[in-house]
Amino acid sequence: MTEQSLNSPGYEISPDMQNVVAITNLDRLYNWGRRSSVWPLMFGLACCAIEMIVAQTARYDLARFGMEVMRPSPRQADLMLVAGTVTKKMVPAIVRLYNQMPEPKYVVAMGACASGGGPFKEGYNVVAGIDKFLPVDVYVPGCPPTPQALIAGLIRLQQKIDKESIRSVRWYRKGGDTVAVPVPILGPDLIDPRRMPEIKRVAAQGAAEAKS
Amino acid sequence: MYGKGAIKSLLVTATRFWNTYWDDFVWLLRRIRRGDRRYYSQEGIRHRSSKDTRGIFTIQYPEEKLITPEEFRFLPFLIYDEAEDGKREIRCTSCGICAKVCPPQCIWIVRSNDPKTGRPIPEPTAFFIDGDICMNCGFCSEYCPFDAIKMDHEIDIASYNRNVFDMEALLKPASYYAGIRPANFAREEEARRQKEAAKAAKAAASVS
Amino acid sequence: MSMPSMGTPAPVQEFVDLSSRFPGIVAPDSRAGFTGWIVAAERLVEVATVLRDELGFDLLSCVTGVDYLPENRMEVVYHLNRTTGGPGLNFKVQVARADPIEVPSLIGVWPGADLQEREAWDLLGIRFAGHPDLRRILMWEGFEGHPLRKDWKEAFYEEDGKPFKSRWPEGQLQMAEDRNPLQDNLSFPPGFDPEKWIPEGDALLYGSLARYTIKDEQGLSTDSIVVNMGPQHPSTHGVFRAAIKLNGETIVALKPVIGYLHRNHEKIGERNTFLLNMPYTDRLDYFNSMANNLGYAITVEKLMGIPVAERAEYIRVIMAELTRIQNHLVFIGNLLNDLGAMYTPALYAFEERELILDIFEAVSGARMMCNYLRFGGVVRDVPPDVMEKIRGLVHDRLPGKTDEMERLLTENEIFLSRTKGVPMIDGETAVQYSITGPVLRAAGVPYDIRRADPYSIYDRFEFDVAVRPHGDLFDNYIIRIDEIRQSLRILEQALKGIPEGPVNSQKPQYQVRVPAGEAYGRIESPKGELAYYVVSNGKPNPWRYHVRAPSFVNISALEKICLGKKIADFVALFGVLDVVMGELDR
Repeated sequence: MTEQSLNSPGYEISPDMQNVVAITNLDRLYNWGRRSSVWPLMFGLACCAIEMIVAQTARYDLARFGMEVMRPSPRQADLMLVAGTVTKKMVPAIVRLYNQMPEPKYVVAMGACASGGGPFKEGYNVVAGIDKFLPVDVYVPGCPPTPQALIAGLIRLQQKIDKESIRSVRWYRKGGDTVAVPVPILGPDLIDPRRMPEIKRVAAQGAAEAKS
Repeated sequence: MYGKGAIKSLLVTATRFWNTYWDDFVWLLRRIRRGDRRYYSQEGIRHRSSKDTRGIFTIQYPEEKLITPEEFRFLPFLIYDEAEDGKREIRCTSCGICAKVCPPQCIWIVRSNDPKTGRPIPEPTAFFIDGDICMNCGFCSEYCPFDAIKMDHEIDIASYNRNVFDMEALLKPASYYAGIRPANFAREEEARRQKEAAKAAKAAASVS
Repeated sequence: MSMPSMGTPAPVQEFVDLSSRFPGIVAPDSRAGFTGWIVAAERLVEVATVLRDELGFDLLSCVTGVDYLPENRMEVVYHLNRTTGGPGLNFKVQVARADPIEVPSLIGVWPGADLQEREAWDLLGIRFAGHPDLRRILMWEGFEGHPLRKDWKEAFYEEDGKPFKSRWPEGQLQMAEDRNPLQDNLSFPPGFDPEKWIPEGDALLYGSLARYTIKDEQGLSTDSIVVNMGPQHPSTHGVFRAAIKLNGETIVALKPVIGYLHRNHEKIGERNTFLLNMPYTDRLDYFNSMANNLGYAITVEKLMGIPVAERAEYIRVIMAELTRIQNHLVFIGNLLNDLGAMYTPALYAFEERELILDIFEAVSGARMMCNYLRFGGVVRDVPPDVMEKIRGLVHDRLPGKTDEMERLLTENEIFLSRTKGVPMIDGETAVQYSITGPVLRAAGVPYDIRRADPYSIYDRFEFDVAVRPHGDLFDNYIIRIDEIRQSLRILEQALKGIPEGPVNSQKPQYQVRVPAGEAYGRIESPKGELAYYVVSNGKPNPWRYHVRAPSFVNISALEKICLGKKIADFVALFGVLDVVMGELDR
């Protein structure tokens, strides 16, 4: 399925850029290796998980893209395919899993629920999209997206990986070690540790209004 | 004999294995004789989606695409008819039924009034669908009285951002609709024609 | 034209008069549209014991609570059935809606009331006196409030009932986040300080496990390990967690922890109108959306009192049986995955399932979330070429493929040594724990709602109820093959007998008039008894909407099944219960 040719740089190189050419080719090689063997984390939450599993079965065959190795352990996975509704009770586990994944890691929000809460957005136990906690790379809409739509989304992710460059990826930057997302706490409602001052302020406002 | 069951199982797997390559050979002969191709062709896909499918079952997306049935529904889209002068006649009259009937309430419609007459303009001023809430149920298209909103077949819409669609993103021509849903389009055009004919007959009868 | 049903004779209807048996304690429910009895709370356990022992109502179908805020009353509704068949019985307990709201627990009479009473405590705040372990089940300990109460509003609350006025005609796009001070679906009690909050964690959960102590033969108490299986683990059953206490490798105690996929289906259901709930029911048991639709449609049709078009009845049965076949195929595939057969039987099963899903897609528009049924029939007719496809599958392909699956698995020595003789549950315990579906029938109890309490037109078809005697893992597998064959039988008869005609007895309308009353509609879904309890007060939105999910009730027996077994068996035993998190957590 790959139409890239690794050998031709694709544009005219002027003589004073000669030493840059080697890095561009290395980028291509680097990205080609990574995009052709993305290992998803076996992480299905709800109905979208079934379409994800079906995408691995014979008819749609994710193995053609190198993605048939679905690892249940986050330490061995590259891609977190959040498939299904993200609930407040489950979010601490999801964030912990994301933190345990080694770089380079990607997140694909599969389905309406993971992209933006979906039809259950108004629920009291539903988080309106996983991008409230994790950085999402590709959003695949649909309820559920058919396996072909999921494969289209994964191709979009492969195209994104193709555009990356060794010089600018976040895991090779000096001092740019991956920052863990703080794990949310289950309180009277879900507490995001990054927003504690805001929660305190709004709750104090609520108390002041109640008193008056 | 102990192990007879395991041998039976292995025979089942072996038969399937053999069938795959035998069928490849049979189709190769067909290709030489008649030009039928097993892969990357419509008749190949049709055979592999039928009850006679045997062996390889894979439909290799994106080079091969499954045959989409007419009733397939993904995200909705709005229809406009193309008038002779190229102007777009948007069918939607902003009656609001689709917004009322949407189960997760993901449709927002702004209907404005004509400043001169004070009556509502039969065209939406703004129309939004939040694709990250839409559950692809099809109620909006089922209950639209003007055939203005229908369910699309387009599935390759993954993006790097959230998917909220405004009216421009949703509008598609009626010719596109006729292409994806020919039987529905034909039935609706027939119903429209009959209604026009009945109205014309009534007008003629009241005049005479 | 209805054929006499073969096999078990039709159950006899008898009128049970409880008010003369218990004068002053039990009174008939006389509200318009309601049936059943109202029992005084103090004598509840006594009445329940009599119902179970003397009148033979041994299967507790459903326990749920209803909040009647305008009348300042909380009600707990019980639905009972007999395993010998026949219509069910329902009774209610009414208590004043002033904290603490207490009702005696019926866990001593029917152990299957366990998880359902915990859910009523969690979502409605009804305490059950005598329940040994009344903890929250769907939400977490420390959550503020009881969400299903009528005066509890969630953070994204907009209006009491859909459609919302903010969508039209002044429908400027506004994300729900922007209406909330915290820009998100969050609300905290006033004056809350998150930095001082100490999470409850799982202290109560591990505390409930600590009650089980282990002593070895010399009377020495030994140490134990608590292992958490889930919520993310490599079986396909979804986000389920079990806290298991182990003595070496033997399971000593087990507590299921659920709610990781609690999507507030019932609260959203109260806000939707009756029609708008139909696509939400697709997402309950997401493998069998046609069956979910069917259960909901027959419940609301009972409330509305409308007939169903004849052709639509046959189409519904065809779709329901096709759903059953694909569900059992997926079950067999997943079971073999859990046992370690590296995906081969699963891929064979999924191949057949794909062909069935193609039919669903051609008929309804979507593979899984079909949204195909409406009140009075189905939404559109099955085109003739799709009918041909169904005939091709039923007559030509599926019987042969079922035989192939049997040849692959049934006599395989490795499979037999893993499953034959591994005991699961016996019939009597299964009935006590309210287990329904193939698990109950594999334990020897021939209870199938299609035969015991027929709905739709199932009384016209000739089919056998699949039963197996031993109740071990192998019987649970082979009964699914039996049921696939019986479904094929029903399909053949339905395809032969389907008449021409309209597919809906009502005109298409999005505002349905539903008179006040209650209805309890139950169907034999592929996983067990799926029932909907809908209470209407005449308005466009239901007053109470409860789903009795077979997966949720079946795991009441999980601890009983797994006690004494090895931890390595847990995955197989849990897999055989055939649970789906979508309907377990709702």
